[in-house]
Amino acid sequence: MAVFTVPNVSIKGLAVCVPSQIEDNKQLDLLAENERDLFIKTVGIRYRRVAPKGTIASDLCQKAAEKLLADLQWNPADISILVFITQTPDYIIPNTSSLLQHKLGLPKNCLVFDVNLGCSGYVYGLSIISGLLQNMPGGKALLLVGDVSTATISKQDKSTTPLFSDAGSATGLEYTTGQKMHFNLQTDGKEYDDIIVPDGGFRNRVSEQSFEMVEHEKGINRTALDMKLDGLRIFNFALREVAPNINELLSATNIDKENVDYFVFHQANLLMLESVRKKLQLTTDKVPYTLYNYGNTSSATIPLTMLVQLGQKLQSEPQKLVLSGFGVGLSWGSAYIETDKIVCSQLIEL
Amino acid sequence: MMQLEEFIKKFAECFNQTDAASITPETEFRKLDEWGSMMALIVIAMVDADYNKTVTSEDLKSANTVAQLFDVINRN
Repeated sequence: MAVFTVPNVSIKGLAVCVPSQIEDNKQLDLLAENERDLFIKTVGIRYRRVAPKGTIASDLCQKAAEKLLADLQWNPADISILVFITQTPDYIIPNTSSLLQHKLGLPKNCLVFDVNLGCSGYVYGLSIISGLLQNMPGGKALLLVGDVSTATISKQDKSTTPLFSDAGSATGLEYTTGQKMHFNLQTDGKEYDDIIVPDGGFRNRVSEQSFEMVEHEKGINRTALDMKLDGLRIFNFALREVAPNINELLSATNIDKENVDYFVFHQANLLMLESVRKKLQLTTDKVPYTLYNYGNTSSATIPLTMLVQLGQKLQSEPQKLVLSGFGVGLSWGSAYIETDKIVCSQLIEL
Repeated sequence: MMQLEEFIKKFAECFNQTDAASITPETEFRKLDEWGSMMALIVIAMVDADYNKTVTSEDLKSANTVAQLFDVINRN
């Protein structure tokens, strides 16, 4: 599918919940001292939020959703759609969104489902919800997006531990005559194993071997139940695909880059994003970052960055945004949205 | 077409603690103290930005010296 447009939908509000526990890459024993400084400078991540055992993505998203519903003054009974996007669900079976529907007090006539996507999940989620909501005049929807990626990685793996952080977000969308969103969504399953947890699904069931700690390289020790990340392949993927995807979105919709207020990228890696920014010939003031303080929170980086860095603007002025998510799948996409003084809840710490 | 001399200069500029003068076509870059996964990202980003070419992890593994890396990238 090429670029497509969804009419009559807009974002009304945004809330994000992060764990209160902070880890500092400057103190990370997994990296040698000189490696720590180079990592922080190059990848851009110093602090990470780490959920304590027992706190999972749906907990963070639930807190965000409760706060958002209260701040929007929306009655849970009026929600028509709930989509929960995560790669760290409560269970393999059932879908976590059903549990969230119950916990949030949403009505039984609410359309509810999970989507398994990571770094592209927020952009995909906006497209899924807006596609459904455009047929529901008066309808309201919740997009819950978040992960506890720190629970999927080996603490003995320096290729993942310094990167990942946890967060859950809630975005309120409403049928809005005259508003629209543009999307450009893409996939390349050929590189499905660039980011993968090999065991624990149904292709490779959990076995005794799944728990064996294996040294893949010096400083990269993990089991088959931990996430593997091929950083160089992902880096090249982002350099290759992200800028053309955004250029295609803008050219197909006749949107001038100069008229976009902000480009909000998935917060993956500073060097990577700066390379993409330069390819797009964007000035630094148009590209907000939360990498240093919050790390890579997977699917939640875009709403987190919107809230933390652009919250005041989003609340007080109409804004034109390009959002771009890319990663595991490989899956990537961009969205052009216009907001009009949306509710931005204060960042929640759990 | 990349020129070897210019490539070596740009390659050396990627490093912080390694003396640029010590990097020659024969330098086995993976044996440099400073070389590691971060340096690989920095070199990939430099080649992408300055030469519009892709350096893969296979390229980095298949080349031993800077000159060999230059040849591999030129073939891409």
